[in-house]
Amino acid sequence: MVNVPEVTEYAGTLPNVVAAERNLFTCSQDTQERIKEYVKEHNLNRVVVASCTPRTHEPLFRETLREAGLNKYVFEMANIRDQCSWVHMDEPEKATDKAKDLVRMAVAKARLITPLTDISVPVNHNGLVIGGGVAGMVSALSLAEQGFKTDLVEERDSLGGQAINLHSTYKGDKIKPYVEDLVEKVNDHPLIDVFLNTSIKDASGFVGNFASTLIDDQGREKKLEHGAIIMATGGKPYRPKEYLYGQDPNVLLSLELDQEIMKGSDRIRDARSAVFIQCVGSRIPDRPYCSKVCCTHSIHRALTLKALNPDMRIYILYRDIRTFGDREDLYMEARAKGVLFIRYELGDKPTVERENGTLKVTVTDHVLLRPLEISPDIICLATAILPSDNMPLSKLYKVSTTEEGFFLEAHMKLRPVDFATQGLFLAGLCQYPKPIEESIAQAKAASARAANILMKNVVEIEPIISVVDPEMCNGCGICERVCPFDAIHIVEVNGAKKAQNITASCKGCGLCAASCPSKAVDMCHFSQHQIRAQILALS
Amino acid sequence: MSNEFEPKVVAFLCNWCSYAGADLAGVSRFQYPPNIRAVRVMCTGRIDPVLILEALASGIDAVLVGG
Repeated sequence: MVNVPEVTEYAGTLPNVVAAERNLFTCSQDTQERIKEYVKEHNLNRVVVASCTPRTHEPLFRETLREAGLNKYVFEMANIRDQCSWVHMDEPEKATDKAKDLVRMAVAKARLITPLTDISVPVNHNGLVIGGGVAGMVSALSLAEQGFKTDLVEERDSLGGQAINLHSTYKGDKIKPYVEDLVEKVNDHPLIDVFLNTSIKDASGFVGNFASTLIDDQGREKKLEHGAIIMATGGKPYRPKEYLYGQDPNVLLSLELDQEIMKGSDRIRDARSAVFIQCVGSRIPDRPYCSKVCCTHSIHRALTLKALNPDMRIYILYRDIRTFGDREDLYMEARAKGVLFIRYELGDKPTVERENGTLKVTVTDHVLLRPLEISPDIICLATAILPSDNMPLSKLYKVSTTEEGFFLEAHMKLRPVDFATQGLFLAGLCQYPKPIEESIAQAKAASARAANILMKNVVEIEPIISVVDPEMCNGCGICERVCPFDAIHIVEVNGAKKAQNITASCKGCGLCAASCPSKAVDMCHFSQHQIRAQILALS
Repeated sequence: MSNEFEPKVVAFLCNWCSYAGADLAGVSRFQYPPNIRAVRVMCTGRIDPVLILEALASGIDAVLVGG
């Protein structure tokens, strides 16, 4: 923990600091107003906030500065929470010292920060959606309905994703007709181009100006340009090795049971008893997350089976029942209709064997504390929902994933459905397991966020780019050779060779600046002087 | 042991990976020694070797470049 009053008092003693104040929630609306007043009251020309991380909150404070009449770039943050108080909880004194150092470094940099002007770049008005499941189709359709030409890329040979295999929503609405209708609308929409059997081979660019190379199963390539991109790569069921899955045809995954029910299969209708096993591959040390939909799905399907055959004996073996919201009604209904719920512990999982041609499930009853044997005709495994292989896209478009391989949202409250990288958005199962209505809501949110970019003629991008001092430059060309983005060229100016930055291509990596032997290239907002000041503030 | 050597470490961290990782360590409440002071950069390609030498010359005990 950090002694914040002590750090505040210390901050007030630093050179050029005219005022230092402590707030409980610096990102709250009230404090934003307070900062604006403070800027006017003290005639401030730099603002330093010592709080959380600039990766999430810098845009908010920059906006506050702009509203206070300052250039939004005369701002610096000291990360004293994520990188200090939260990681040194047992060493309060040392954490407080570190927080003072971080504030001193931020102030040292802030003294040298210069106002900057955003760069305007033209926007391509086409959208790209990757993944042709429900989330992808809703995203594409929503963009097209707003008037944007949209390319929809699907790896498989048909649209529909996982939802096409689902029986019904928890409210009882049939999913397949909805998905089929969606597929038809997407295929018929004049502004949507669907690319099946296609994946992304290469990608480059930035918000408003992405270029993606598509490749189909014949190896044919096509390069397309887009202003914004929505990832909707979906998920897939975990296929377990346990519980005789794959060995006995009557051991089914949730999606397979749904298909059997939709087919009107006799073995389902004629089954005398069924066992559902919950949390297969979920909430275990290797895969700690809850797959969210499976409790509701199994309970709902138990009711479907009861409706088909009221005499069927149904057992649900569970660890915790998570029928959130009004899904709880289904749980109550299942209990009222005689579905038996038996709780098991992770350390004492049920076992499934085949004995004389029939299935035998053994589970320790949590009330009797004795093993219970059930001989079901059908076993349904509620297995974990896994992400698709998102690594290739994650590398191509420079977007993050979680440890489990799901795509990572920029911030669940400040920037939902956004990736940290501008111009990229996500929807559906590729983020985490969720029911279909949440995927649809996210798809609509993502397309609205994408439309926010596509509708513009220009986007403003951060001017964190290289600048060349032609007086210092001797035209050696090292910068041109090291630049990964072809964003700095040697040109001839009045007979002398000089480096010249290509603003729209520059990503601000700073390789040119670090490599320049003449120190003629520097970076805006991360200048040699500013970084040096941060370092020297420490010693 | 109050006079035990405690190095002062400057860490140049890339905004997109290791700085984000350091934030995630915080969100996950991973505990680590408080010797590191991070300098955020947009890419570790920006780190002029001169800056590392200047850090060491100014009395910093170690420099970490994470990117």
